[in-house]
Amino acid sequence: MSKKQIKLEARDINAYYGDFHALKGINVAMEEKTVTAFIGPSGCGKSTFLRIFNRMNDYIDGFKTEGEILLDGENIYAKNVLVDELRKRVGMVFQKPNPFPKSIYENVVYGLKIQGMSNKAALAEAAEKALHQAALWNEVKDNLNKSALALSGGQQQRLCIARALAISPSVLLMDEPASALDPISTAKIEELIHQLKEQYTIVIVTHNMQQAGRVSDTTAFFYMGELVEHAKTKTIFTNPKDKRTEDYITGRFG
Amino acid sequence: MKLSEKIIEGLLWLAATITILVTIGIIWVLLSGSIPFFQKVSIIEFITGTEWTPLFAKKEFGILPLVAGTFLTTAIAIAVALPLGLTIAIYLNEYAPARLKSTIKPVLEVLATIPTVVYGFFALTVVTPFLQGFIPNLAGFNALSAGIVMGIMIIPMISSLSEDAISAVPKSLREAAYGMGSTRLQTAFKVMVPAASSGIIVSVILAISRAVGETMLVAIAAGQQPRFTLNPLVPIETITTYIVQVSLGDVPHGSLEYRTIFAAGLVLFVFTFALNNLSFWIKKKYQEKYD
Repeated sequence: MSKKQIKLEARDINAYYGDFHALKGINVAMEEKTVTAFIGPSGCGKSTFLRIFNRMNDYIDGFKTEGEILLDGENIYAKNVLVDELRKRVGMVFQKPNPFPKSIYENVVYGLKIQGMSNKAALAEAAEKALHQAALWNEVKDNLNKSALALSGGQQQRLCIARALAISPSVLLMDEPASALDPISTAKIEELIHQLKEQYTIVIVTHNMQQAGRVSDTTAFFYMGELVEHAKTKTIFTNPKDKRTEDYITGRFG
Repeated sequence: MKLSEKIIEGLLWLAATITILVTIGIIWVLLSGSIPFFQKVSIIEFITGTEWTPLFAKKEFGILPLVAGTFLTTAIAIAVALPLGLTIAIYLNEYAPARLKSTIKPVLEVLATIPTVVYGFFALTVVTPFLQGFIPNLAGFNALSAGIVMGIMIIPMISSLSEDAISAVPKSLREAAYGMGSTRLQTAFKVMVPAASSGIIVSVILAISRAVGETMLVAIAAGQQPRFTLNPLVPIETITTYIVQVSLGDVPHGSLEYRTIFAAGLVLFVFTFALNNLSFWIKKKYQEKYD
């Protein structure tokens, strides 16, 4: 693992919702082409922290961030960074599937179209590739013009993953991507994460510790806005250093 | 206890029933007034004739000049109100800080509370002279300034209802758009507006319906000369203005001239009724279902 490059790094991140100190001095580094899971009880700040990496908190009234996030060594909170350009490199999949009320095809090519791509053949090719990557192609290839809202929840979520992948980000943030899905759909998403990490750096927030154990290489445990412990997933689950981590993963609270 | 509840229930029932009865009554009045009219004048002549001169010696009963006048002022009004109203709705939703939004919205809605007679005088005494500075052959009464001012008047209808429609789009869609690297403008036009399109269309239809039925403004500023034209620079007459003209004039009750207003009123009613039903249908059919 040590031969891999550092893809994402947080340095002294503090974040506030108004007066509420939501994230307290967080330092963490994530290597490229790995899966990092953020776990912790509700309200511990793990989702807030995830959204720091593509600046999704910027529009929240009263939200303030201090510190640096380095993506490939460059601070994404620097003054000259264009947020929309950043988000093309750092894709996001949300807790609840949120396809646009458009056709399946239009959903997948959305990101390319807003970047100005208009070549039909190129768009179709990119759509097929993204849908393959999201393991959805075989289910939808004959219905690309059907409304995305007609798909099942699990299919919608994979469509959202395809939509994110279509613009070739290098990082994929996933905010509890399977929490609204049934076990079979969840298994499909997890399998997908395994395949995707060959190309992408993935950060996943999850409430489900088994899921963290199954999909991630490293796991970070958050508690009350602090990063308590970040280590290889196996270590976190078998030999945690901190008492709070141990209590949480053994189900003593949370 | 039981009795008082029964009385309250009865009163509520009565209130609802009266409303329905009044509506039926209006339709009945319109029909009973127009039936004798259509016994004298053929419906074909009425809906295809291009001369409307019931008050002259040589009487012609073609409604098209009034329909054209109504269409013209309405079209100008929508041409003004739709782009402005929609821009305001998008600005309030995507760009305006919360505090500014909470100031602008009520101020805009004040526009809707100004009496239409005031708008009429504004069009006649301010807008028309102003426009005559650019368009020398603009008549003192004309469809252009009446339409423009009517457009200003219905901006709040479109901006407010469209803003509600855009606000009702789930936040998750906005996040999805931002998450894909959309700018605010792209988020607004590629995601939010399409997702809110049924609500926006409904707001426009209701605004059209309002413009078609608007009376005082056009009676003051657009003139009283039924003319089968789409030229906005000359005096015209709308359906509503004609009804006012006859109602307030010295046309003897029960005469054929008098009955024309029932026929004209029926046409107006059919238009607004159809528009309102269309908006209801669109709302029902195209509203996106989000869980």
